[in-house]
Amino acid sequence: MVFPDLNPIMPELIMTALGLLLLVLELFVKEKSNHVLVALVGIAFIYFFLGYSTGVTFNGMFIADSYSRFFKYIFLICLTLSMLISIRYLEIEKSLYGEYYILLVFATLGMMIMASSGDLILLYLGLELMALSTYILAGFLRNNEKSTEAAIKYFLMGSFSSALLLYGITMLYGLTGTTDIKAISIYLSSNDTTQNYSILLAMVLFIVAFGFKIAAVPFHMWAPDVYEGAPTSVTAFMSVGPKAAGFAVLGRVFLTSFETVHLEWTLILSVLAILTMAAGNIIAISQTNIKRMLAYSSISHAGYALLGMVTGNAAGVSGMLNYLFIYAIMNLGAFAIIVMLHSEGFSGEDISDYKGLSKSHPVVSLIMLIFMFSLTGIPPTAGFIGKFYLFSALIDAGYVPLAIIALLFSVISAFFYLRIVMYMYMNDSDKEVSLSISPALGLVILATAIMVLYIGVFPQHFLIYAKTAILSI
Amino acid sequence: MINKIFFIYFAIAIVTLSLVIITRKSLVHSVLFMLALFFHIAGLYLFLNAEFLALVQIIVYAGAILVLFLFVIMLLNIREDELKEQYSSFWPAGISIGIVFLIVLLRMPAFSLGIKGVWDIKSVTEATSTGAIGQVLYTEYLLPFEVASLILLIAIIGAIILAKKRFSK
Repeated sequence: MVFPDLNPIMPELIMTALGLLLLVLELFVKEKSNHVLVALVGIAFIYFFLGYSTGVTFNGMFIADSYSRFFKYIFLICLTLSMLISIRYLEIEKSLYGEYYILLVFATLGMMIMASSGDLILLYLGLELMALSTYILAGFLRNNEKSTEAAIKYFLMGSFSSALLLYGITMLYGLTGTTDIKAISIYLSSNDTTQNYSILLAMVLFIVAFGFKIAAVPFHMWAPDVYEGAPTSVTAFMSVGPKAAGFAVLGRVFLTSFETVHLEWTLILSVLAILTMAAGNIIAISQTNIKRMLAYSSISHAGYALLGMVTGNAAGVSGMLNYLFIYAIMNLGAFAIIVMLHSEGFSGEDISDYKGLSKSHPVVSLIMLIFMFSLTGIPPTAGFIGKFYLFSALIDAGYVPLAIIALLFSVISAFFYLRIVMYMYMNDSDKEVSLSISPALGLVILATAIMVLYIGVFPQHFLIYAKTAILSI
Repeated sequence: MINKIFFIYFAIAIVTLSLVIITRKSLVHSVLFMLALFFHIAGLYLFLNAEFLALVQIIVYAGAILVLFLFVIMLLNIREDELKEQYSSFWPAGISIGIVFLIVLLRMPAFSLGIKGVWDIKSVTEATSTGAIGQVLYTEYLLPFEVASLILLIAIIGAIILAKKRFSK
């Protein structure tokens, strides 16, 4: 056996080494903020190597192409920002254990493997690595009942979805005799398999399993409880990373393996997208807990991103990629502000806590306003650019009714996002809110706010990345 | 002929045992029936010339996982009447979903043969099933194998974190 080429898999190897190094450091270094520093240096290396690692290795199992690289940048940004958010939050919660960062690193490693997997077995193992780490992270506040409940719920529902995914994989294997994503697509298109509708069953099972990961309705039941119960810094991570990873595998498997049943999955996904946008946006209106509201908002954003998959063409999929990137930035920024509002003995999770915030903390309020505008999709923020390119791709592909529905739900979403803005600027505060500010948190909200505005004003500098990313799929 | 009888026996036994498992009121009875189920599944693997899988099935599932199940059940100490009330309301929905899925599966045409790999029955019997799995695992499937080891590492870390003494700080 020839030793496999390690260049394509370099970022993952460094990530593994980083996780193991942190595990050992945990024994010797007591000051936990040093772990974050080590992790950040490691992540910087990975950013650097990501640009150079391309190619296919391990008998076509591992594919490092521009598509996977785009997603890996999302994962790494998500990891970096969540780590920075976490320091202060864990201090307040008195849950400062080094394992937290190790789990974040391994969860991200799982996502990177998912995005790069060219084989369904590797895809499944990457998914399990990611899922197992996030289950534990969700229950990290062990003396908190809600956190434990969130972990158990997430674990149970996640196991069911994994079982369904495995069932789907066996169906495909039974039909084609291979688990290689490319080979499946070649076999299905060169042999007449239209009579055998086990491929449809496999496709449905895949949609259920991936739909669970991206929290698409009707597989979203776990999301609000888990997002609310999990530590806020973990919620920030979970609402971005695993979701993007779900979309990464959805894109790769459906655009290659299930190419022959393109019409069928387009139909199913468009129904799912409408349901997801509807349930996410409408139920979010009645929420009073901001984490729960952002959970439903996260569901609705998955609906928008699914629209990109529905078109199935280059413009739509690159729109989806852009949207996921923009969503990651603005959502992590919003969660950083929620973490800021949280201090000892004060949860800061109720929406009414934002009343009159602009008078006591004008800068933070202004940045929150930017994020809320961006989540709604109001120019000149990045959220507008994301939605604009998604909807225009949808209209170009001939799905005008779908675009109109998405636009309507987008208008509905303004209600609950702008309610927070209204609370901040038009109401008087009824209680004293003190912010827990740390340099890391300040850095996160500043960086994300600047990114949101920058992409909103100069989208052309940024859109090119997604355009080149999808060339490889 | 004898093959068919074997298969029919195992198939019927597996389906019946599965039904028995989910209908028992006592969890300990369920687990013991599950033990029988795992042995039957192992029998099915043997029947397919996969003696390694059959052994793993018995050692890992019947040996390790079932004991874990029994431990958890004993630790939880659930009373039987509590169980009955909690889960009876889900029966209709569960059964209807199960029946729909069964109809779909029954109506499904047989799988085609697909791409044939290099490992046909003859070469597997020559290398023995354990040898064949080992060779494939450490060459073609090296990467998934390593990722699986990371998953186990995470499971160990997770178990320690979640079971560590509370408020240890």
